[in-house]
Amino acid sequence: MKTAEQTLDEILSLAAAHFKVPREKLRPDDDFFKTLGIDSLQTLDLLTKLENHFRVELPDYELQGVSDFRTLAGKIQARL
Amino acid sequence: MLENVGDARVSEAKSEIQFASKCAGSVLSWSIADGVIELALHREPCNELGSVSLDELEKFAAALERMQAEAHALIIYSEMKPGFCAGADLRELYQRSQGMEKAEAAKGVRDFLEQIHRVLNQIDAAPLTTIAAVHGVTFGGGFELALACDLIIADKMARFCFPELRLGLIPGFGGIPRLKRDLGNAVVRDLLLTGRSINATKAQQIGLVSQVVGEGEALRAARATAVQVGKFDRATAAAAKKFIKPIPQDELRREIDIFCELFGRPAVQAGLRRFVESTDAQPYLP
Repeated sequence: MKTAEQTLDEILSLAAAHFKVPREKLRPDDDFFKTLGIDSLQTLDLLTKLENHFRVELPDYELQGVSDFRTLAGKIQARL
Repeated sequence: MLENVGDARVSEAKSEIQFASKCAGSVLSWSIADGVIELALHREPCNELGSVSLDELEKFAAALERMQAEAHALIIYSEMKPGFCAGADLRELYQRSQGMEKAEAAKGVRDFLEQIHRVLNQIDAAPLTTIAAVHGVTFGGGFELALACDLIIADKMARFCFPELRLGLIPGFGGIPRLKRDLGNAVVRDLLLTGRSINATKAQQIGLVSQVVGEGEALRAARATAVQVGKFDRATAAAAKKFIKPIPQDELRREIDIFCELFGRPAVQAGLRRFVESTDAQPYLP
């Protein structure tokens, strides 16, 4: 079982690699829409990446209003 | 002289075949080679289906009638990076309904649905093996287009969704009857009533997707599958398909009626306006 910190760290690494952003520029409480500069379609890409990586299902409606990596990590952690 | 007339006729016939066999439209293109028809979607940003798409799909359907005699497979895929197809062009739908009388707008919607149903029913029943090679966003009408095909081959970044309920509508391009035909009512209820999207792995687990492949590999896998199905006798494959894939005509008709009944409600216009005017970072998320 991953710890919450591990989950968060993996999310940051995945997001950095997928959107080609230096990992060190991403912080847990960043608004990922702004930091990554992504639109709704790219958000779906991120969601799919996360689901595939963590092997979980994340219903989109659970992510409504989620915009920072830490909260996102919490949602994933709850399904691990 | 007679020979020349004959030559001219042959040339004319060849030219017609050429026209039917390869065509580049503004939002989609098709070609045929080695018995495989490929229909490529290429409208920015994600192949939203509006009146231009419908017009070109109808031209493709007419060409398909002629091409299917010399083909054993059809592959439909997208050349757009975000995905296969994001569904109906909601901006066009909203803008066209503005400034129209309610009855006129309703008639326009019904005509559009009747036309798209004719095209999708033709693809659904075509006497060749049809394959949707999908990636990324496969939503609403895009999902319904894929459902008209015999096989869905998805890259692992594909997502499927029926987001229509958030607009106060149901899917209108035949999605509910076809998904119910292929998978059963419980899956339809899950996707329809929650509006959630599912990824390719989940879609394969529930039997919607036949193959999940790596990113950017769906078209290659579809082409390999098209070669495989070409090894079998065409008439036998067509007979098998006709036997196992009936068109749910009655439910398709009912779907159009329900969609049109719902479309006239103020809540739908409000929902469409919200979508069109949305500055939400996640307008595609239900």
